[in-house]
Amino acid sequence: MSVTATIRIQEADFDVAQEIAALSKGRTDVGAVVTFSGICRGSENGEPIAALTLEHYPGMAEAEIGRHADEALSRWPLQGLTIIHRFGRIAPGENIVLVAAASPHRQAAFEAAEFLMDYLKTNAPFWKREESEKGTSWVEARDHDDAAAARWTKP
Amino acid sequence: MRVKYFAWVRERVGVAEETVEPPADVRTVNDLIGWLSSRGEAYAYAFEKPKVIRAAIDQAHVKPDAVIAGAREIAFFPPMTGG
Repeated sequence: MSVTATIRIQEADFDVAQEIAALSKGRTDVGAVVTFSGICRGSENGEPIAALTLEHYPGMAEAEIGRHADEALSRWPLQGLTIIHRFGRIAPGENIVLVAAASPHRQAAFEAAEFLMDYLKTNAPFWKREESEKGTSWVEARDHDDAAAARWTKP
Repeated sequence: MRVKYFAWVRERVGVAEETVEPPADVRTVNDLIGWLSSRGEAYAYAFEKPKVIRAAIDQAHVKPDAVIAGAREIAFFPPMTGG
């Protein structure tokens, strides 16, 4: 049976526990669910942050995440996959992103979740802007995120 | 063709999207960046470091040498910082 990823790009917050439960609800073949949830930090380099605002490219965000979800489904034996990415203003402590991967055994779920997060960081069209006492500024991309994504490229 | 701008590229250009009709000798994404840069100070500022700018044609990532013929929508933006 082919597996379809659930992908949601939304302004509203989400419930991580509910998303995990949805992946294994009513079935007994799932042996592992690995989740990564990205949460808004309240400080950056020692400076307090009031909020993050995420801008995104509607349409491309869904398409780009969909392409990477399809690649993950083809590379690992997954039984379910949920990816949620928020946009808009997000306060410290709130969720930003969720990747949840279900598989019969843990290794595939761990690897798929890590692969997807590494690609989301560098290829999904989202941009973070920080609000602090000093004003607002765009978050700069980090070289180590590019390096993390590059290690998944097939030779 | 429709051109969209995001994040600080959008702020510097001053609009989120517009329709442009570049001349026929503007063949690639890089050519389009050069042509847009010549349209005024705001564009020149947005594209002052062309190597930093990322581009997408019809909502898929492309390299600077990608040919723009046939494109409906071209987007320019800084390196992404989602996740």
